Amino acid sequence: MTARQDEATVTEPNADEAPLVEIRGVTKSFDAVRALQGVDLTISRGTVTALLGDNGAGKSTLVRCLTGVHAPDDGEILFRGERIKLGSPDDARHLGIETVFQDLGLIEDLQVWQNLYLNRELTKGVPPLRVLDKKQMIARSATILADLDVNVPNVRATVRRMSGGQRQSVAIARAANWGTTLVIMDEPTAALGVRETAAVEKLIGRLRSNGVTVLLVSHDMDQVMRVADRAWILRRGRTAAHRRVSETDGGELVGLITGAIAGDADA
Amino acid sequence: MTVTIEESAEPAIEAKRRPGLSIGAAARYAAPIGLVIVFIVFFIATPNFLTVANLTDLLVSASILMVLAMGQQLVISVAGIDLSVGSNLPWAAATLGFAYTHGANLAVAMLLALIAGGVVGLINGLLVARLNMTDFIVTLGTLSVVSGVTLLLTGGNTVAVSSTFLQGLALDGVGPVRWFWLVAIVAALLTAFLLFKTKTGTHLLATGGNLEAARGTGIHVSRTRLLAYVLSGLACGVAGILLVARTGGADPSLQTELLLSSIAAVVLGGSSLFGGRASVLGSAVGAVLLTSLINGFTLIGISQNYQPVAVGAVVLGAAFISRFQK
Repeated sequence: MTARQDEATVTEPNADEAPLVEIRGVTKSFDAVRALQGVDLTISRGTVTALLGDNGAGKSTLVRCLTGVHAPDDGEILFRGERIKLGSPDDARHLGIETVFQDLGLIEDLQVWQNLYLNRELTKGVPPLRVLDKKQMIARSATILADLDVNVPNVRATVRRMSGGQRQSVAIARAANWGTTLVIMDEPTAALGVRETAAVEKLIGRLRSNGVTVLLVSHDMDQVMRVADRAWILRRGRTAAHRRVSETDGGELVGLITGAIAGDADA
Repeated sequence: MTVTIEESAEPAIEAKRRPGLSIGAAARYAAPIGLVIVFIVFFIATPNFLTVANLTDLLVSASILMVLAMGQQLVISVAGIDLSVGSNLPWAAATLGFAYTHGANLAVAMLLALIAGGVVGLINGLLVARLNMTDFIVTLGTLSVVSGVTLLLTGGNTVAVSSTFLQGLALDGVGPVRWFWLVAIVAALLTAFLLFKTKTGTHLLATGGNLEAARGTGIHVSRTRLLAYVLSGLACGVAGILLVARTGGADPSLQTELLLSSIAAVVLGGSSLFGGRASVLGSAVGAVLLTSLINGFTLIGISQNYQPVAVGAVVLGAAFISRFQK
């Protein structure tokens, strides 16, 4: 029994509210390669939404459109019901969209608290002579990680000394900590062992119960069944299908990904 | 709520014990360990080494290197390298000498020396950070260009600078504390403050540690790298003033040994040449160590010609042990 299933009945999204993100007919081509050929996708508030698809289906391109790295050629992205244009990753960050890429973006030589507060450092003193408020940052880092039940023995240890799971957790905690509304995770457990994967999945569940919306790119159908509420399947640059996780199973998802089962649009 | 997934208390994965680890630990303390060894060896070799007069003189000549090493420290902490130090130093000195002998007020001449050093740093920084050119090649190029410009400015001759203020700077102090030491200490304290107490310092280390990750958090990495090169140029300006004060003139010739020593001091001090890790105290001790080596050689009558061999060997040794640091 997992954390998600316990909470599933409590936090079904409110149907009256506009979804957090709505993607309508987004296309994106790179020279002759048509990476996205009209993708629709909806991310409801407070859910964990899985983004599935085979290699080359367009997942990464879609994620990069959402994080402001790529601008779509056509189609629209709505955020809280309003049409937005993401010109740069900073634009996405301002809206509270944070991404945990596979390389995690941590600085190995810096300590955990320095990574958590990187480029958001707390300072004290009178301008222009403002110095780092280390005490405050260290104390708050410990609280942030404790609240998310992330097991890092010492926030003053360098990331270099952390295990893969601990690094992933620190990166997720950092992404989720700044009034974030949407955390996008790109295969967060691809490089992790069984126990570490379980810890990260638990962390995803905890973010969800804190009201953070998660878009999870994953290849692991069992994981999707364990942690996600909805699943959207891309195939060759198009939305092939979407499912409530409670109404499907791993076999059907795999079939939809490979095309063995016809998608909703194929009919 | 029943969470049946076990609380996974993963222990931090400690670095696996490898034979290299002890060398890595030694690398971190290379400068203090080396300093103690050098002091013991020279103390045994000659009674003239461990005297107040000699140590005073040793620390005065270490001051110039220490100032240069602080600039180099900042550049190395952003995973760069500044080879132009070798000609930026005589360039700043020559600018001072040229301005002073052409009638400029000493304060103005000193300011011009700082600006001259800073401008070279700015050019390095623009080429490396904004145009993404390789640091090694850029600063090797400016090393040569600036050296040539200095020779053109001075006609290749040493410019004598006779100023009572500069003489006082080189020879006097507050009680037993020489002005040179104070300049070096202030430079080290400012560098440590910047690196470890300010946002900018964290951004320098983050940029050096992982450029893409730093950029990903929104840090202005090119501005950060630019700053490191400008500050290294300014350090050359300060060191240029000290050099003129100490020698009574501006020698336009390339200072290859001080360049190599500035890098060696930083590496001996335990900073990583790959960036992201800095030790200001280590670099300061490294500068004193290298100066002690040359001072001791002179005292026991080893030919001047062995000095570049010794400094070069130390640089290679430091680069070797830094391999084991990661």
